[in-house]
Amino acid sequence: MPRLAIRLRSVVKRYGPIAAVDGLDLEVPEGTCVGLLGPNGAGKSTTMRMLTAQAIADAGELEVLGFTLPHESKQARAQCGVVPQLDNLDTTLTVEQNLRVFAHLYRLGRAERRPAVERALEIANLVDRRDSKVDELSGGMRRRLLIARALVHRPRLVLMDEPTVGLDPQVRQELWALIDALRSEGTSILMSTHYIEEAQRLADTVTIMAEGRAVASGRPADLVVQHAGREVLEVYGPPARLAEVEAQAAGGGMRTRRTGTSVALLGIDGRNGRLPEGERRAATLEDVFVLLTGEEVR
Amino acid sequence: MRTGTLGRLEGPAIRGVLVREMINFASFWRSSAFSSTVEPTIYLLAFGFGFGSIVARVNGLDYIDFVGTGIVATAVLFASVFPSMFGTFVKYKFQHTYDAILAAPVDTEELVTAEALWIALRAGVFGCVPLLVAVAFGLDATPGMLLVPFIAFLAGFGWASFGIMIAGLLRTIDNFSYVTSTVITPMFLVAGTFFPLSGLPEWAQVAGNLNPLHHCVELVRHAAFGFEPWADLAHVGALVAFGLVTWRLAIWAMTRKLVD
Repeated sequence: MPRLAIRLRSVVKRYGPIAAVDGLDLEVPEGTCVGLLGPNGAGKSTTMRMLTAQAIADAGELEVLGFTLPHESKQARAQCGVVPQLDNLDTTLTVEQNLRVFAHLYRLGRAERRPAVERALEIANLVDRRDSKVDELSGGMRRRLLIARALVHRPRLVLMDEPTVGLDPQVRQELWALIDALRSEGTSILMSTHYIEEAQRLADTVTIMAEGRAVASGRPADLVVQHAGREVLEVYGPPARLAEVEAQAAGGGMRTRRTGTSVALLGIDGRNGRLPEGERRAATLEDVFVLLTGEEVR
Repeated sequence: MRTGTLGRLEGPAIRGVLVREMINFASFWRSSAFSSTVEPTIYLLAFGFGFGSIVARVNGLDYIDFVGTGIVATAVLFASVFPSMFGTFVKYKFQHTYDAILAAPVDTEELVTAEALWIALRAGVFGCVPLLVAVAFGLDATPGMLLVPFIAFLAGFGWASFGIMIAGLLRTIDNFSYVTSTVITPMFLVAGTFFPLSGLPEWAQVAGNLNPLHHCVELVRHAAFGFEPWADLAHVGALVAFGLVTWRLAIWAMTRKLVD
């Protein structure tokens, strides 16, 4: 049995009558990267906040790095790095000052602080910009700094809430390389995202969340085979035609998903007869995501 | 409130938050020092010379000396309540600074305590400026005045905590003007700074004694012109009580705001 960096059992978090998290089970084995995939409002950010005890669960068990939350949260936080969704850098401070503040907040000793800040500058690839005010940085640089800030104390576990949201594709790929390097060093990572490609590329296992609970969990490739089969038939046409295809497929016991302009028939592996005209393609994690979270379906 | 940590403040957590404030302060200390000291100094000069020309002596003191010592409390109030109200709200709501700090091994209680301590430290320094100005205008320097920074720190801690509490309780920054008009301005005016409370109707004198700023005014004046041990002990007690109550309330209000 691998040791777990994060272990959640039947966690519930309510805001008034709404259960933002509603019986969530989640495991992050040590040294792996787990992608928490879900549409907006699935409870990803609430889950992230619970892991740092910035939200307190109403029910369920939470363990982070062997510490029980919320009582031992501070010990857990000392060994965690957090990359928030909202940029909360000190904008009037320089790059280096931002890192130095966090070296203090994470209680590094006097002798450790300087090398830790230098290391973080290198991770962020901002050695040349150490004296720049955060205000003067590009969006991509700010994100890199935000990630490096979370790594200044060499955390055992890194929590990333939508680490690349709202960034250019080039910048996103740059950050993927950074996250991938972190993973290859053996740091445990929990990363929430609604970018499917991000989860597919970076995560060892993916947990798909919908309406506050985990609806599926496993290696991306396994999830695809299990829920969407190997092959998908994409049928294009006017709305009336698509509705007809959907009805036929439902009659034949096949699962479908609607994209804006087409209907995809899932799990057509081995079926040849009585299929409508369309394009065959390999099933993807996106098919699984849409199928399980109900996003885009009708 | 986060369970299991009540009353457990860790030095490194408080130090971490203080370091953040100090590094930030280095980038804006000029404007902050300016607003916190120039305004009370203007009050001092305006009242000291304006009223001083028609009111020669109050309670046995030259009016400028009376105001010069009293206005220290005003400087403390301005240097603590406004930065804490606005600063806390901005850091919480707009900069999300507190989200970042609470993700580190720092609890709300430690965060609030460190913020209040920092603002109190600043108030302890800024509060002395009007006194120095008054000395420059002829107030006699006395050894007792060396205690003024500590008095200013103590009072500043209470006002800083009060400001953090207000920032935790109110939903928008616009609502701060209600607090300014109904609480801060009356307290600022009826503290014995510009005129002695002894000339007021009895109910106003009683109300004045409930005003923490009044206790700060009295202590500073006694530091400059001679202590009255029992009365001053009561004044210190009042400021300590004010600080303790607002500190706990600030922690309560911010925990409600920061921890879901």
